[in-house]
Amino acid sequence: MEITVTINGTDHSADVEPRLLLVDFIRTTAGLTGTHIGCDTVSCGVCTVLVDGAPMKTCAMFAVQANGRSLTTVEGLKQNGELHPIQAAFKEEHGLQCGFCTPAMMLVGSALIEENPNPTDEEVRWAISGNKCRCTGYINIVKAIQTAGATVSAGDNGDGQ
Amino acid sequence: MYPAAFDYVAPKTKEEVLDILAERGSEVKILAGGQSLIPMMKLRFATPGTLVDINGLPDLDAIESSNGYMRIQALARHNDIVNSDVVSSENTLIASTAPWVADPLVRNRGTLCGSIAHHDPEGDWASVMLALDAEVVAESREGGERVVPIQDFLVDMFATSLQPSELLTEVRVPRYSRGGGNYQKLERKVGDYATVGVATHLELDDAGAISKAGIGLTSVYAHNLKVPEAEALLVGNQPSEGLFAEAAQVAKNACDPSSDVRGSAEYKRDVVRVFVERSLAASLAGPQG
Repeated sequence: MEITVTINGTDHSADVEPRLLLVDFIRTTAGLTGTHIGCDTVSCGVCTVLVDGAPMKTCAMFAVQANGRSLTTVEGLKQNGELHPIQAAFKEEHGLQCGFCTPAMMLVGSALIEENPNPTDEEVRWAISGNKCRCTGYINIVKAIQTAGATVSAGDNGDGQ
Repeated sequence: MYPAAFDYVAPKTKEEVLDILAERGSEVKILAGGQSLIPMMKLRFATPGTLVDINGLPDLDAIESSNGYMRIQALARHNDIVNSDVVSSENTLIASTAPWVADPLVRNRGTLCGSIAHHDPEGDWASVMLALDAEVVAESREGGERVVPIQDFLVDMFATSLQPSELLTEVRVPRYSRGGGNYQKLERKVGDYATVGVATHLELDDAGAISKAGIGLTSVYAHNLKVPEAEALLVGNQPSEGLFAEAAQVAKNACDPSSDVRGSAEYKRDVVRVFVERSLAASLAGPQG
């Protein structure tokens, strides 16, 4: 089936089998390997991308379902060559250890602060509760998302300078 | 992991879906949220020949009140229910359950109607619908609209009375004027199945006595379990801690949990008792109590 998926503003067209998973379309067809595969059973959340702005797990979607939709992956976070506030904050707050869950955490965090730039600890933990960090580094992830929210609400462009 | 190959169709109208179901319904699975179906296909527990994606159908995602019912249509996502003003103002049991279903990412995609059609015995929504005496609306090309009481719809684990030619279009619950409900869920971590889940719903008459009671249990029987004996005990009486404790004991005796990694059967039985008491008290503590 011929499909076109917009990823980070660029159209990616391909003739795919219906059973091709969206995460494999992103990684293999579009070549964007920042989106990871972890459990492959809708549990860990590392395959999360934004589908029309809402975070979803791409191991539980077929690529054909994304035909005509607009996705944002971690590669699409940077703006005009500058780090997105969420990226700057993860760097600043040491919000990652091994980095495997980080792309998904940043995307979920960016969707959260878009709606709620000043989330409480509880609200952040609720928002990321579908995403696992097996380095157990949640404290700095929560801090990073809150820092990014503060940057956004202060109107800073978030490059940390 | 990859599913077995299948044909994929994404119709734009309900009529097209019903035509496909009429012609080859027994080899079709309907794809709505897909948060249970796609993993099951990847594990090859489900191997549909044709997948009919209904996400492109118009006017099938409503959550609304009309003609004495609150209706939740096939494409309403769990998060739509979390954010629905109609739900929060009209049905406290559904409102208190929605945030506990799966995790925030799955809630962006998964649907209540899909969960009912899938009938995983450890799903939360079936217990809620048993407590609320919900109705399921199924449509087919030949039979038109068929309204099925939830107890007749849920046959056994992963089995429902939905026919191969039918599309589940909505789940609806009767509106009520005075009362409320509550869901209690014990889970090891977000997104896990319930160790124990308890749904309760109470309605009161003008004198403050219980006129209608619903209790549904999750993960403590081979399927979601309604407890009519406990409901009957409540109806006609004034709500009280003693009455709730009695009903909780009846529910504890009615369930039949298995010992597993989430806890022993004995432990789960006792959680049922404690949760039924708590849930009944919380049912009347809400804005409409």
